Amino acid sequence: MQQYIMRRILLAIPTLIGVSILIFLVMRVLPGDPLQAMVDDESGPTSYTEAQKEVILTSLGLNRPLYQQYLSWMLDIARGDLGFSFWRDTPIRETIQRRGPITAEIGIFAVIISWVVGLPVGVIGALWRNSFTDYVSRFTVTFFLAAPSFWLGLGFILITVIFFTWRPPITLVQIWEDPWRNLQMTLPPAIAVGLGMAAIIARMSRATLLEVFREDYVRTARAKGMGEQKVVWRHVMRNAMLPVITVSGLQLANLLGGSVAVEKAFSVPGLGAALAQAMSDRDWMVIQNLVLLFAVIFVVINLIVDLAYALIDPRIRFR
Amino acid sequence: MESNNTYIPGESRELTRISVVSAIYMAIRRFTATSPIGALAVAFLILVVLVAALADFVAPYPPLEANYSLLRHPPSASHPMGNDFLGRDVLTRLMYGARTSLLVAFAAVAIGKSIGFSWGIVSGYMGGRFDLITQRIVEILLAFPGIILALMLLVALGSGVVTVIIAISIGGVAGSTRVIRSVVLSVKEMPYVDAARAIGATHLRVMLLHVAPQCIAPAMVVASASLGGAIFAEAALSFLGLGVPPPSPSWGNMLNSASNEFLNPLWWMVVFPGMAITFTILAFNLFGDALRDHLDPKLRGGLD
Repeated sequence: MQQYIMRRILLAIPTLIGVSILIFLVMRVLPGDPLQAMVDDESGPTSYTEAQKEVILTSLGLNRPLYQQYLSWMLDIARGDLGFSFWRDTPIRETIQRRGPITAEIGIFAVIISWVVGLPVGVIGALWRNSFTDYVSRFTVTFFLAAPSFWLGLGFILITVIFFTWRPPITLVQIWEDPWRNLQMTLPPAIAVGLGMAAIIARMSRATLLEVFREDYVRTARAKGMGEQKVVWRHVMRNAMLPVITVSGLQLANLLGGSVAVEKAFSVPGLGAALAQAMSDRDWMVIQNLVLLFAVIFVVINLIVDLAYALIDPRIRFR
Repeated sequence: MESNNTYIPGESRELTRISVVSAIYMAIRRFTATSPIGALAVAFLILVVLVAALADFVAPYPPLEANYSLLRHPPSASHPMGNDFLGRDVLTRLMYGARTSLLVAFAAVAIGKSIGFSWGIVSGYMGGRFDLITQRIVEILLAFPGIILALMLLVALGSGVVTVIIAISIGGVAGSTRVIRSVVLSVKEMPYVDAARAIGATHLRVMLLHVAPQCIAPAMVVASASLGGAIFAEAALSFLGLGVPPPSPSWGNMLNSASNEFLNPLWWMVVFPGMAITFTILAFNLFGDALRDHLDPKLRGGLD
């Protein structure tokens, strides 16, 4: 097992180095280089003479050879220095520390909601297969699989504003400062995301439960006279939950990508909203570091899911 | 009766034409019979495609015509889905938006999956160092969550219909490469591949004529399943203001302009474009599931 863990961790390192190189190249080499676009912008408050442009490029270290720029970026990150926002002069590290907890909260709440809602729906669908309840729940699940979470978010705000004249607070409050206001801000987006994830959990658990019910060991358990309750809880559920746990973990990882649109829909000041803002401002240092952070978290969560799976299911380890 | 057996070129061509038509007809009937929901989804999609293609004729107003006496006007008899913040007819823009959204989705899937499938076939068939190196690239591409890679590419390339197509198609390359590569890994062990090599067929010929045809069914399943994802990606990117730029309508940027009215949201600007996106994704998903069951019942549940 230790060997397996070590091997998986070592394999993730070259991937992450590759990711950082790809991010760097996209931000520097592609035709519409964001910095050039920023500096070349003649309209508005940001226009520069040739000499000024030279000064800016030098101060940002952007007229050095590419490999030197890349290495110094990596060295800065290794030192824990993530640089500054180009427009706001705030350290990016501070932005992450302030906004990260909000996005993490939304993610954790969404996973909890997806299990609390999705699992019962899936289990009921599998136990009472082809009943009226099953058809209704499958129809609902198919709808929520298709509905984009940011649209559900817009709809949520619409309903609360029109019927309750209430909208989520938009100023950043941490959960340890004012839990009530913080939950008002993070729970609505968590519900919007969680419902879509619940649909996947429901579909997945229904399918795997039906599959496990057909297994030989379930028939054996019934044949030896075990009560149906015990069969379901001890034999069926334990085995059926393995793939559902994996899917849930992968969803948590994928949620990072979805958070960008959802946080914009709710105007929640999380990391995704910070990335969206940086992208429309072409704030290249923020984009570069946040995308790298998202990719690192994504790879790490995937790694943890794989390892957890290997821990639960010994068949994986020895393959 | 002997004269009937003589070869008449025209007649035989006629026969072939009829048999092709009836074969297609039979295939459609079989599909409808085995999965009525899938057929319903296809009917809905055909309707959407027709509306998109014929938007010039069926749309009640020009898409960019601003009517300043009807700014933010709720649905009425002459404008059944209301007017947006410039007084433009929402129904009209929804129809033209279907054109943009479907064009982006189909083009992005066609490009992205073609690259992914060719890559998967070559990588799986050639194996060795090529496979080893290019699969590391696939891993790197798969390390970006969801639409983040497409977002970053759009920042670098600038927004526009073409760049959205490029960004979404690059985002979809890696996943399809993986699927097809795994199919090829099992196909290339088949005896007929060895046989073809033994009689002197080149690697290129084996890949094109013997391996690729085996990948068509899974490729169609993957492609149809990712059409819904491409509609979602366009909607999300345009919603974030980095996709299809205004004033030309797309379903995503209509939701973007709806969300800019945060303080006083207009329900018809949120509900109708969102319904269009959701039901189109829904139809693509149902069609994809039906196609998967139809082409290969063994794949059921294997790909999601």
